[in-house]
Amino acid sequence: MFDASKIPDDYCAIAVDFFDMQVGDWRAKRPVVLRSKCVKCGTCWAFCPTQCIIEKPKWFEANLKICKGCGICSQECPNHAIAMVEEQEG
Amino acid sequence: MPKTIVCDGNEAAAWGACLARPDMVSVYPITPQSSLAEHLTEFIAEGKLCADLMDVEGEHSVLSVLQGACLAGARTFTATCGQGLAFMFEPYFRTPNLRLPIVMAIVTRDGITPQTVWGGQQDAMTVKEAGWIQMYVETNQEILDTIIMAYRVAEHPDVMLPVNVCFDGTYLSYGIEAVSIPDQEIIDEFLGEKNVNWHVALDPERPMAVDPLTGGGSAKGTSMFVRYRKGHCKAMQRALEVIEEVHTEYGKKMGRFYGPLIEEYRMEDADYAIMTIGSMTGAGREAVDIAREQGKKVGLLKVKTFRPFPVEAIHRSLAKVKALGVVDRSVNYGWGTGPLYQEVLAATYFLEKRIPAISFIGGLSGSDLTVENHFRRVVEVTERACRGEVPSQTIWLNEDDDKGEK
Repeated sequence: MFDASKIPDDYCAIAVDFFDMQVGDWRAKRPVVLRSKCVKCGTCWAFCPTQCIIEKPKWFEANLKICKGCGICSQECPNHAIAMVEEQEG
Repeated sequence: MPKTIVCDGNEAAAWGACLARPDMVSVYPITPQSSLAEHLTEFIAEGKLCADLMDVEGEHSVLSVLQGACLAGARTFTATCGQGLAFMFEPYFRTPNLRLPIVMAIVTRDGITPQTVWGGQQDAMTVKEAGWIQMYVETNQEILDTIIMAYRVAEHPDVMLPVNVCFDGTYLSYGIEAVSIPDQEIIDEFLGEKNVNWHVALDPERPMAVDPLTGGGSAKGTSMFVRYRKGHCKAMQRALEVIEEVHTEYGKKMGRFYGPLIEEYRMEDADYAIMTIGSMTGAGREAVDIAREQGKKVGLLKVKTFRPFPVEAIHRSLAKVKALGVVDRSVNYGWGTGPLYQEVLAATYFLEKRIPAISFIGGLSGSDLTVENHFRRVVEVTERACRGEVPSQTIWLNEDDDKGEK
């Protein structure tokens, strides 16, 4: 088993401790797909920088664990089917 | 049996790299390094060198792919100079702090602008504070031998730092000499098994984040940053000892000895000394021989290891002399002197008695430093400094080379 404590601590910066924060944990706005408008063209899927758009039977939506709330999908959607909604506390 | 070939410095460098058996080579051609790159690719095409050759789009990528290779456990080699080195600077700056033992030749070229493709050490000297080890060599044989030795220094577990082997563009890169090519078995035995990524790695078996953000808002982070900096400095100082050990061992195996940090020439009873760096040393030695025939007690100090700076070795040699003339092949703009001169001045602070030192700058942009026209003057001016006649300004040795030309 690899033991990082055997490496001198003054050589170079490495990190071996992991934390479970997800990209989605610092999102300020969430994309909400209006199913009535979504024609499943896949534009959001193609543009999403974190590749978090998942395919549903008749629409696409974002995996909110990964979505960082950048709003690119909303900006690019040709049918204006994605609204960016403020995240609320709690 | 070692064989002797006749070749230029670029080919000698390629032979040195070839004998060290790197797993990956990446090079982007730039004058006066280009034929070195060509020789390497030729060796790989002929099957002489079993290495992956990375043909990338520029020097920034050259060093970046070698960082990845090194993190994955490969022995690596590259070479560049001048503007190529400038373009490489971003990954260059990162390499020593990742403690990656990459070996890179710098076929030194003077600094642009004015536009120049000729020799001068401005490129290598400009990056002297990035934390690489830098050794400057005098002959084609020394290029080959030092590239091999550089791997032992770089990969030493107490060092783990990248090494530049710097040799003069134009004069050594294209200058042709006899060079002895050592037997592969002897070099294999000398270099031993490589282990370049035991401390930091791209390896699924050892999951780690390489080079995470360190410092900033917390005392824990900033203390860690200081610890890495101090560790780097400690390794640089340790490298001084390792460079000496490696040179001794190599000398015993091959019968070729070089001054590892500095080399003294006719210094035993010298009253004053001239100091050189790189290929100009040959002309310097000859000028000293001529002066000695005339009864002048002059010696020569050749600086090989410039980073880390061998303060104690210089201190020991200078303790014997009454004046020193330092010849640089590049400019320190901050002081209007040569950079080697400036370093030596700092080292002389530790001497009991202050000695006068003079800065000479020559050999810029491919100009020749000759025995008769230039080094004779260096010797004469330094001799006068012993008697108290010390010039207050830097002496530019090739300034008047055009006088008398039509």
